[in-house]
Amino acid sequence: MSFANVFSKRNRALLRELVATDFKLRYQGSVLGYAWSLLRPLLLFLIMYVVFVRFLRIGQGVPHFPVYLLMGIVLWNFFAEMTSQSLGSIVGRGDLIRKIRIPRWIIVLSSSLSALINLALNLIVVGVFIAVNHVAITGAALWMPLILVEIYVLSLGVSLFLAALFVKYRDMSYIWEVVLQGMFYLTPIIYPVTYIKNPTLLKLMFLNPMAQAIQDVRHVVITPATVTIRDHTVLQGQLLQYAPFALAIIILIGGVLYFRKQAKYFAEDI
Amino acid sequence: MAEVAVHVGDVSKTFRLPKERQTTLKGSLVNFAKRAKGYEEQQVLRDISFDIYKGEFFGIVGRNGSGKSTLLKLLAGIYSPDKGGIQINGRLTPFIELGVGFNPELTGRENVFLNGALLGFNRKEMRAMYDDIVDFAGIERFMDQKLKNYSSGMQVRLAFSIAIRAESDILLIDEVLAVGDMLFQQKCFETFKEIKKRGKTVVFVSHDLGAVEAFCDRALLINNGDMEHIGPTREIIKRYSNLLADAEVIEAEKESKKTGKKKEVVHSGTGDTITVEDAEVVDMHGKPLRHIEEGEPFTVRVHFDAKRDVFHPVVGIGLMDEDNISVVGPNTQESDFVTGTLKGRGYIDVTFKNNVLAPGGYTVRAAIFDRSGAVPYDFAENLLKIKVTGKKRHGKVFLEPTWKVVNKS
Repeated sequence: MSFANVFSKRNRALLRELVATDFKLRYQGSVLGYAWSLLRPLLLFLIMYVVFVRFLRIGQGVPHFPVYLLMGIVLWNFFAEMTSQSLGSIVGRGDLIRKIRIPRWIIVLSSSLSALINLALNLIVVGVFIAVNHVAITGAALWMPLILVEIYVLSLGVSLFLAALFVKYRDMSYIWEVVLQGMFYLTPIIYPVTYIKNPTLLKLMFLNPMAQAIQDVRHVVITPATVTIRDHTVLQGQLLQYAPFALAIIILIGGVLYFRKQAKYFAEDI
Repeated sequence: MAEVAVHVGDVSKTFRLPKERQTTLKGSLVNFAKRAKGYEEQQVLRDISFDIYKGEFFGIVGRNGSGKSTLLKLLAGIYSPDKGGIQINGRLTPFIELGVGFNPELTGRENVFLNGALLGFNRKEMRAMYDDIVDFAGIERFMDQKLKNYSSGMQVRLAFSIAIRAESDILLIDEVLAVGDMLFQQKCFETFKEIKKRGKTVVFVSHDLGAVEAFCDRALLINNGDMEHIGPTREIIKRYSNLLADAEVIEAEKESKKTGKKKEVVHSGTGDTITVEDAEVVDMHGKPLRHIEEGEPFTVRVHFDAKRDVFHPVVGIGLMDEDNISVVGPNTQESDFVTGTLKGRGYIDVTFKNNVLAPGGYTVRAAIFDRSGAVPYDFAENLLKIKVTGKKRHGKVFLEPTWKVVNKS
């Protein structure tokens, strides 16, 4: 896995075909086909909207709460989808691993790109909701791609760890399912972060890169009223406010190193 | 000698085989707590060293489980060796099997592009050679159908057509000729000839000794993870077929030990005077043989046990082929050989200096009659199984003819 040839001609071609195959196979046999990749998130959002905003009446007082909620769910779904798909990616492609010499990381990368494509489609749906809700977009929204990069870096690091671990321990799929469910409720996705009254808990919560990133995206795109890690109630002015970024990078480096070490034995361990 | 294309130096490979598949965390935790190793180590290859030269057609032969596929995977870079090193000089095909990554849910066309990408071609390059690939496979009509509707022969043809495009200096080929119809096999052979002509290096693993003999310049024989021999193909094939024959004999011996029965020898005759005890095959120096090579002289040694002195009996043996048809059946009367008096225990050697038996399996029977040849003292059937190794021949015996053609016009 030398970095010089990460994006060589061969690897780019392979990556492209793997992602294209993934996409082709995903909706195969369904009548609506690709339309589902937009229809599915749209319908799921509608259910969430009805349940949380109309019935439970969560988020009153937060401007544009439906879009605010949507954005959180979309970003979280990306993280959850990418990591759980990558987890099984190496084992799932066992036929390739055992019979051909290709860079192993390409397989994880291709499943991450599939998730990325889905994120883009979901964000289009969010865009529609933003327009419908008359959310005032400001120049601050230009920060969004950078925050998305942070989420991708974190997800990729976690994915590499999980994909390599799953080859050895098939328990990982169950463990990860539970961890994801726990993290989902520990991250301010379906409730406004202002519901957390304990200041220590609030600070701890924000150390999770996903919490920090979701709040930051909401802050720059939807409403400046969103509480972020830089808020005076959280970690304003403290060095610790950079911890989530550092954590994402550390996880990626660790993931790359661990994956690289294990990749040699994938063919025999699968 | 020519330049080295592949250097394998002292390569060993050990697999960890889980005792009970320890793929769960609990399993490893329990084992960790017990300080028990959750696996057994199995050495698949031991200190393998050889060189393959540029432009050589190199064969790897061995029985199932001998480690030849592991060796090929090591060469392809799919496994990494525990010990030793492999140096590859040139570009190597990265796959060891045809049609890797073929997806039954995709169409033939989509699979061509996917498979091409696995071999390192981008879309543009694949488009350029698409027509040639389809043409060679001869399945234009089916390209827009899903692969799952293809016959296995069609799949192999398509896979082979893509695989031979791989621009590599060193090709790894594992058992490709096992599938496909005769016509396509012919095509494969022609492709191999062409590849050989172009001076590419080919590493060829196959059970088809005919194909190995037809193409390979040199070959390597591995047995139970050890390098048995490396040398000219003809010699390796001879050694390999001998190895196979021995293995068969050992297997049969094991089987008979397990079942408790020695041999199912069927005795008939009076049995009160002299009996045939056993028989074995030995070479010219009296050394026991597990198999006989084609054309090699051999001796059938028949052990007897005379209850009393037997004056001038007639002794005969017979070799039966696999269909239980008598191939040869000499006896002392026919040969005008005087046996004299047989006393106590002893043996009679029946030597065939001129061995014309065609390769295959034979069953030995032996009989001892009175001096007139009319009263059988003992007639022992199914006494011994022997194996003649070598090229497959038509007919029961092989007599090397000389040939001559006369055109009368």
